[in-house]
Amino acid sequence: MLNDKDRIFQNLYNDKGSDVESSKNRGDWVDTAEIIKKGREWIIEEVKSSELRGRGGAGFPTGLKWSFAPKELGSRPHYLVINGDESEPGTCKDRDILRFEPHKLIEGCLIASYAVQAHVCYIYIRGEYFIDGQKLQKAIDEAYEKKLIGKNASGTGWDLDIYIHYGAGAYICGEETALLESIEGKKGQPRLKPPFPALIGLYGCPTIINNVETIAVVPTILRKGGKWFASLGKAKNTGTKIFCISGNVNKPCNVEEEMSISLKELIEVHAGGVIGGWDNLQAVIPGGSSMPIIPKKTCETLTMDFDSLVAEKSGLGTAGIVVINNDQDIIKCMARIARFYKHESCGQCTPCREGSGWMWRMLERMAKGEASKDEVEMLGDVTNQIAGHTICAFGEGSSWPVQGLLRHFRKEIEERNNFEPTIKKNNEVPYLVDQHLLDKKNA
Amino acid sequence: MSLRKPAKEQPEKFEFTADSLAAAKEMISKYPEGKQQSAVMALLYIAQKQNDNWIPLAAMKYIGKFLDMPYIKVYEVATFYTMYNLSPVGKHFIQVCTTTPCMIRGAYKLVEACKEKISENENELSTDKSCSWMEVECLGACVNAPMMQINDDYYEDLDKEKTLKILDEILDGKTPKPGSYRGRVNNEPENNRKTLLDLKNA
Repeated sequence: MLNDKDRIFQNLYNDKGSDVESSKNRGDWVDTAEIIKKGREWIIEEVKSSELRGRGGAGFPTGLKWSFAPKELGSRPHYLVINGDESEPGTCKDRDILRFEPHKLIEGCLIASYAVQAHVCYIYIRGEYFIDGQKLQKAIDEAYEKKLIGKNASGTGWDLDIYIHYGAGAYICGEETALLESIEGKKGQPRLKPPFPALIGLYGCPTIINNVETIAVVPTILRKGGKWFASLGKAKNTGTKIFCISGNVNKPCNVEEEMSISLKELIEVHAGGVIGGWDNLQAVIPGGSSMPIIPKKTCETLTMDFDSLVAEKSGLGTAGIVVINNDQDIIKCMARIARFYKHESCGQCTPCREGSGWMWRMLERMAKGEASKDEVEMLGDVTNQIAGHTICAFGEGSSWPVQGLLRHFRKEIEERNNFEPTIKKNNEVPYLVDQHLLDKKNA
Repeated sequence: MSLRKPAKEQPEKFEFTADSLAAAKEMISKYPEGKQQSAVMALLYIAQKQNDNWIPLAAMKYIGKFLDMPYIKVYEVATFYTMYNLSPVGKHFIQVCTTTPCMIRGAYKLVEACKEKISENENELSTDKSCSWMEVECLGACVNAPMMQINDDYYEDLDKEKTLKILDEILDGKTPKPGSYRGRVNNEPENNRKTLLDLKNA
């Protein structure tokens, strides 16, 4: 287990209060000016050497992302945008940072803004977290009052303004370009990439977008050194991470642990075990609902980091672990996730808009055993029509959990839905063609 | 996509009150000059708050003029984002999360409680017209599942019995205390804490 002194979020459970004074006691804001005096290159190099990867889901190296910002400040201003639109089912880590460690985030904003030469930082918070956003606003006001941010922030000579922008219940705004559209006062529909936001982002200006947790760990990394952070976890998957363990466990909780910790340890030690014992485990969603499920036999030995989960054809995502035990109907669980994606599709591109509803309707019938044999194949076909054919990664994300279900629980679906279809399938013809028009004798 | 339609009965006029106007101007000042359109989401919230928790079409037209943007653009935003209510809801607006992490911990029991206490169907006012409820997608408090949101507050770690009690209090005009209903502190593992113990005991 990670040593307590290596934990970055000392106030994760709000033992000590989140105001500026108690944050200072925990080491925030102590020597911000000195860190910034070491210069832009040093900051970016240190973050690169820590091998910090983005905590929002994609796991993109943060130092590298910052280095994409134009080196010279041109006619267009630079922006820093913080993504706090935490809406991935199973994930609730950013909420705790917003309410209990706001000063870590604000200090991180200052350092990151300096590194990418931004004078304005927008923090995008999902609308449902209004109360938590108010707590962050209070912390921002405190920071302004103590001259930690604002004109000549913390005595560094750098000016920084931080504003909160509330979302209004759209999952898609967690996608970085949809989030920018939303800040610009439009529908949150993702943009085509390239151009990437680092060159053309908010209001057409260079913009760096980072997750709340990514930015909040930066000050500690710079204080303790990139080497310290890189010494935790394993190569390319370094540092600590807040894991959210929910679902059928005895003690659901958030906990900060070392990257590459074993899944079994997280569940058994921190979350008090699976309800009904480890043998009652059915499957685990390892990183928020869009990451494919992992069956029990893999869970025994699985370690929680980006690369080992990719090897299992899943992903670490946001590290929101949802434990599902044998008392649950796995098809129904996935049907509910499919309904989530159907509801949250932004409607911009066809594969996701039509496909997410299609998958949901099929899974609902499969949960009741009302689907025919051939529809299992068709479901797989639909997921393949979505994956890789959408504008944003979230669209594809709707198909991954269904693919995971088919990969590991196909037998369960087939057992429940094993009657012959009314119209026989013609093997030579793809599904998207109206079968009965071709096959007259069946029509 | 979610299907969202404006209410059939619409008020003719909408105007910001003095308080709303001040709040709206403050919001606009957050964004660069000429980018006042960015404030449309915040202004819709202000209109919603002023107008008993829902946004009439007149308000969208008003905001369009206010921000110098076409009405249809405001309409697009108001219909896209699900937290803008396009038809009247109760003064106490109850949202029950039923996405998978909540569902497997019994969120549909909470839905049953809402059906018993408030109304048979979603988005229907209770008999005293003070409450309405709806099922929503993930509210981002998964380790505190099952949970529901009443106006701005989160009520966590619930079961049917506790939900019935909370709803009774709401219907009596009281404000029940938000937070965990199993008495646990925030998101820590209940009576099973293995980390940051020095701080807790200090």
